[in-house]
Amino acid sequence: MEPILKARNLVKRYGRVVALDHCDFDLHEGEILAVIGDNGAGKSTLIKAISGAVTPDEGKIWLEGKEVKFHSPLDGRHAGIETVYQTLAMSPALSITDNMFMGRELRKPGFRGSVLRQLDHKAMEAFAREKLSELGLMTIQNINQAVETLSGGQRQGVAVARAAAFGSKVIILDEPTAALGVKESRRVLELILDVRSRGIPIILISHNMPHVFEVADRIHIHRLGKRLCVINPKDYTMSDAVAFMTGAKEPPQQAVAA
Amino acid sequence: MKSLTTLKTALFAAAALGVMASAPVYAASHSVGACLITKTDTNPFFVKMKEGAEAKAAELGVSLKSYAGKVDGDHETQVAAIETCIADGAKGILLTASDTSSIVSAVQQARDAGLLVIALDTPLEPIDSADATFATDNFLAGELIGKWAAATLGDEAANAKIAMLDLAVSQPSVGVLRDQGFLTGFGIDVKDPGKWGDEDDPRIVGNDVTAGNEEGGRRAMENLLAKDPMINVVYTINEPAAAGAYEALKAIGRENDVLIVSVDGGCPGVANVKDGVIGATSQQYPLLMASKGIEAIAAWAKDGTKPVPTEGKDFFDTGVALVTDKPAEGVESISVAEGMDKCWG
Amino acid sequence: MSNTQEFEKAAATSPTAVAAFTTHDRSAVKQIQHVLHQSPWMVPLIVLIGSILVFGLLLGQKFFSPFALTLILQQVQIVGILGAAQSLVILTAGIDLSVGAIMVLSSVVMGLFSFRYGLPTELAVAAGIACGTFCGFINGFLVAVMKLPPFIVTLGMWQIVLATNFLYSANETIRAQDIAEQAPLLQFFGNKIAFGGAVFTFGAIFMVLLVLFLAYVLKQTAWGRHVYAVGDDPEAAELSGVQVKRTLISVYMLSGLICAFAGWALIGRIGSVSPTSGQLGNIESITAVVIGGISLFGGRGSIMGMLFGALIVGVFSLGLRLLGADAQWTYLLIGVLIIAAVSVDQWIRKVSV
Repeated sequence: MEPILKARNLVKRYGRVVALDHCDFDLHEGEILAVIGDNGAGKSTLIKAISGAVTPDEGKIWLEGKEVKFHSPLDGRHAGIETVYQTLAMSPALSITDNMFMGRELRKPGFRGSVLRQLDHKAMEAFAREKLSELGLMTIQNINQAVETLSGGQRQGVAVARAAAFGSKVIILDEPTAALGVKESRRVLELILDVRSRGIPIILISHNMPHVFEVADRIHIHRLGKRLCVINPKDYTMSDAVAFMTGAKEPPQQAVAA
Repeated sequence: MKSLTTLKTALFAAAALGVMASAPVYAASHSVGACLITKTDTNPFFVKMKEGAEAKAAELGVSLKSYAGKVDGDHETQVAAIETCIADGAKGILLTASDTSSIVSAVQQARDAGLLVIALDTPLEPIDSADATFATDNFLAGELIGKWAAATLGDEAANAKIAMLDLAVSQPSVGVLRDQGFLTGFGIDVKDPGKWGDEDDPRIVGNDVTAGNEEGGRRAMENLLAKDPMINVVYTINEPAAAGAYEALKAIGRENDVLIVSVDGGCPGVANVKDGVIGATSQQYPLLMASKGIEAIAAWAKDGTKPVPTEGKDFFDTGVALVTDKPAEGVESISVAEGMDKCWG
Repeated sequence: MSNTQEFEKAAATSPTAVAAFTTHDRSAVKQIQHVLHQSPWMVPLIVLIGSILVFGLLLGQKFFSPFALTLILQQVQIVGILGAAQSLVILTAGIDLSVGAIMVLSSVVMGLFSFRYGLPTELAVAAGIACGTFCGFINGFLVAVMKLPPFIVTLGMWQIVLATNFLYSANETIRAQDIAEQAPLLQFFGNKIAFGGAVFTFGAIFMVLLVLFLAYVLKQTAWGRHVYAVGDDPEAAELSGVQVKRTLISVYMLSGLICAFAGWALIGRIGSVSPTSGQLGNIESITAVVIGGISLFGGRGSIMGMLFGALIVGVFSLGLRLLGADAQWTYLLIGVLIIAAVSVDQWIRKVSV
């Protein structure tokens, strides 16, 4: 089966430092692919190259079989790759609706929209409410409350809902549980599984091994600027993964080929 | 051989001096240096002063450098300017001080360094802190318009309602002198002549401050009109403030039954007298102050003579004249046409 | 090894709703804090109404007359218009120290194009407006593209524009009488509508309409939402798809444009074209913005608050003058209001914690 997102031979250098060294990457339909690696292994450069935040010096990327070239995160987003950054990229003083629609607001139909440029607050609120409910995020109340009045888990939830709401093809989650407590992490993990059940493939970057092993279908292990191997979490233990990651143990041959 | 050594020594000395302060050597060897330090370089009054100084300096071969504060009241910049002039080896300084008492120590420094310091337009406190003061008699300027207003009103002067549009809440001396002069001329007891606002004559509706510009003049007039809409005499610190006050009166349709008087004699101000916006204004002569000042510095540099004050006053009076086309009996005045010839800005 | 760790089992028994929104019982103070968080213009409105009532009680008819109340509107019109420009910039977490200078330069351009070059007044007004907008563009370009801090950029522009103004105008005033005779269009904003004792100048009406228009734009258009987002967190805005640079440049250009209109209104207000006026425009407009509850850190506050802030200053100055108080009391009280306003802002921001 052709991967929905494929990258081959990506190279990115920062001066004399090689952050990506002929790296390959595959994401299949409907899966959760975790990306793990030691600090400085080049994970984040890889993710940035895929989302458009960084333009690789060499190599090619295909989305749904078509080659794509991104020059900014906006390009990636227009192509259907949504990223939920660790910082969440939300404006704390603005409402949930404002944040969900930031940069892609809906205008009222007819004269009021085209000439007066008036926003269709009602439609946007209804849409936001619907999307949050779909993901079980709305036991409800004020969709217009400022994001800063939400808890960390709620914010993460809104950010994920925003990423999933606009017909995206791929969602990248950068350390979604890093800043959260135990309970809230659990809910966010459930949310991730929920998004996958809607058929959207997810790239999950995380340092939290238990979380990775719990939700990931496959694990991409990154080492020294390239893909070391891809393993199935059912076949290996967390200590194996950590050993591969740090170079303490040689990766299995068939996993490298995958 | 001896002369060569002397020359060498002189050269060495000059070089050493040059390293420390090259300017004085330059100034001393080529021409007399003078400094003009004004409150701002935006007020047409000071612009005219600068023009007068420059023209006279060119005529006498004095090299003039001009400095100015950023805004009225900018004391620091003026102190820095005095220090620069001392370092520059100038022979004299013409100064319109923003802060007349605080500047005294800097002025003393300059005098100790052998510079002639002449206060222009604004006397220092105390007045003898400067070697000489070339100024308008601001009290007399106020008195002239006060007398004119009283004479023009005639018997009605007893029932006048007067608005006093002053300069600033800090009560700078120029403003106080004009204000108190006006009241004295009008025949009102000024109590302490050292400050305005302490009078209790019921004819005074109130004092407000204008910052000496149109905006402030209009606002102050509006404020006082809100207090008493039947004001019929308006004293203004200068002509821009008068123009602002006129706008406020026009807005309520009373511009024709109020007497506005002012001080300055700038060209737009005199034109406003001609158009009936201002009834009468006391004209002063900044150009004369500056050119006399440059002459004094040139004389000082030549043979050390200091300028002498006008007889009976503690400063050199550069004169003031009342400009109006409606002369009043007992008050000497010049016509608008004559005022136009002598106006500045 | 099991998929779920021991300590996480506790979580499984906890409520299953994901990231639910819950209402807590809030104390009255908390509720007020919440209301203010949602409507930051409430504080200045309350202070405004309160101060009008207090001065009304103290002064009676003298203050509570249509004449005096509309006079306040006239007296704050320039600061109000400049404050509208300042609000936009401050909402993006910037500051514009050059507003007053741009205003004066624009008015001087309008005056000199009419009188020095003898151009038709319409053209001169257009040139003045273009001049203000261009100054705003330079500010915006330096802030957005060169990434220089707004404080520094506009501090520099303030000096540059002011010096240009004095050099270009040669400090010469154009008299009201000449303007009324030859180029009355320049005094357009000085026209007035009066009924009863109330007097509304076009300038005051313009100020109110401008603020209402901007309130609409900020609330109801995508551009307006982007202004808030950029001020709140520019990186987040960029990542969520806002064209940050374009938004910033447009904000500074609009600010310059509004300043030019302020310059036109200034001619209407003082009758003449005076290069020395408007020197405190930047400080006064920032004061109105801050008292109006707009956060200097950007992204929070409403432009209506700025209008109330400007009116508060106007009410205090006129009220205190009518009471016969020394003008210094006005400055003192305004200083207190500024600090109080910023304290309230800080308190409101803590609502999320």
